[in-house]
Amino acid sequence: MDPTIIAILVQDGVVNGAIYALLALSLVLVFAVTRVIFIPQGEFVAYGALTYAALDAGQMPGSVWLLCGLGAAACAASLRAEWRRLSPRRLARLLAGTLALPAAVLLATRELAPLQPGVLVQALLALLIVTPMAPYLYRVAFRPLAQASVLVLLIAAVGVHLAMGGLGLVFFGPEGSRATGFSEDSLELGPLIVPGQSLWIVGLTVALMLGLYGFFEFTLYGKALRATAVNRLGARLVGIGTAQSGEIAFSLAGVIGALSGILIVPLTTVYYDTGFIIGLKGFTAAIIGGMASYPGAALAALGVGVLESFSSFWASAFKEVIVFTAIIPVLLWRSLRGGVVEDEE
Amino acid sequence: MTPVLELEDVSVAYGGIPAATGVSLRVAAGSIVTVIGPNGAGKSTLLNAVMGVLPAEGRIRFGGRDLRGDGVEARVQAGMSLVPERRELFASMSVEDNLRLGAFRHRAEGRAAATRGLDAIFAAFPRLLERRRQRAGTLSGGERQMLAMARALMARPALLMLDEPSLGLAPLIVRDIFHAITELRRTGVAILLVEQNARAALEVSDHGYVLETGRITLQGPSAELASDPRIVELYLGHGTR
Repeated sequence: MDPTIIAILVQDGVVNGAIYALLALSLVLVFAVTRVIFIPQGEFVAYGALTYAALDAGQMPGSVWLLCGLGAAACAASLRAEWRRLSPRRLARLLAGTLALPAAVLLATRELAPLQPGVLVQALLALLIVTPMAPYLYRVAFRPLAQASVLVLLIAAVGVHLAMGGLGLVFFGPEGSRATGFSEDSLELGPLIVPGQSLWIVGLTVALMLGLYGFFEFTLYGKALRATAVNRLGARLVGIGTAQSGEIAFSLAGVIGALSGILIVPLTTVYYDTGFIIGLKGFTAAIIGGMASYPGAALAALGVGVLESFSSFWASAFKEVIVFTAIIPVLLWRSLRGGVVEDEE
Repeated sequence: MTPVLELEDVSVAYGGIPAATGVSLRVAAGSIVTVIGPNGAGKSTLLNAVMGVLPAEGRIRFGGRDLRGDGVEARVQAGMSLVPERRELFASMSVEDNLRLGAFRHRAEGRAAATRGLDAIFAAFPRLLERRRQRAGTLSGGERQMLAMARALMARPALLMLDEPSLGLAPLIVRDIFHAITELRRTGVAILLVEQNARAALEVSDHGYVLETGRITLQGPSAELASDPRIVELYLGHGTR
């Protein structure tokens, strides 16, 4: 193995690792705030990728209908949960957030999709279509279970994953898609040719991480989310709504998932079920990071990416095996060290 | 005048076992009311039920409004604050962040208003000012209790509920805490204080209730309770702290 190959493999690993890092962060975030192990994270990657690809091809993505359906379901679920305390202002906000927003996105998609308005507009539109699904799902599937055990929440998450996977097949079909990248240029670094899209991926990942850091460190809502993660009862006692925090956490997970999909679909063919395995790798990184540490998860994700690219070079048939097996020694080490990761409350 | 808090025939079950039965109680505006009683009498359970952490039967009115169906967050929004027995601080966050989050209820007023509230709190609790950048989890027991009370006060509540504020603290610090409670009287906040330390609780309060095995067995102005022979024998006789 010569240095050029090593450099190529590392570059590959870092680019994949960046995506895994984003997913790992969002898994840690959702788990810390809501105790949900967000299995459908991968579906958001696939939905983001395939919605963007459909828009790129000038087609109307089917997912926009799911957005409308989920919005209506979320509206019904919220009305049921809050009807006693609904002031006119809150009702207006609820209707705007769950019915007017999807309707506006639907109209915009209808107008813009056939025009193929360029990658940035398409990417933004894809984000607008896919992201709100996450808080809607929270309202429909997880908020009514907010007091349930981690296991019940996990089972609900598996249910949502299966449902979204099936619906993905309905909306996007069994064929894979690819799409135009953000940049066709590439950067030459000695023997290494770095595709522009890879730079976009790493750049946006770093920007998003800095943004998240700023959000958690310097804004009241970010701190409220951290507080919920640190002490759920304490957070409720100062008036931080568990439901509100859950919705913010899910929205961030939705953005991160959809953006990851949009970023990778120019590099690799994405199928309706591709997201799951990508999400699992993010999950591997989150577990290695202990499901609690953001920098830990991000570093572990880079490790997973690099391990994956090297194992696909040496033993490509065992690529996934090697990556997922890496979890076992980490779990062993963690349990031997005696640190309990998370207890049922 | 409508009392700030009024409980009418309130019963609470904890883990299927009745912990408080048929409790009626009122807290007048600006007054300090204490509930004393032996360990396990249901005092904490009662406070948690008033705050909405535990479900309760019966009628709980706050400022004349029935709270049925309101969750914890809605009750905080309405102006209640509970300092629970276990404090429930945000251990890995700084003292200042804990306090700022205490004012979450007033988030619409903006950061500048929160900073003014913070300055007022630091003036009242100078020890917290010294520790403002320190993580809450690294504070001593007494400082933690101070922080928990200060965090609750950041919400500028109409009713402050304190659950065993002296529990596990050294006598000198207990004195500080009770001093802080009497100081609070001047701010006009009504206080519902649950304590095992009956002597100190009756000293600072206007009115007292005695809760035994989940029922109110005695009530009256604190000064009268403090001289009631039964109370003296059961709760004050052995010079409790």
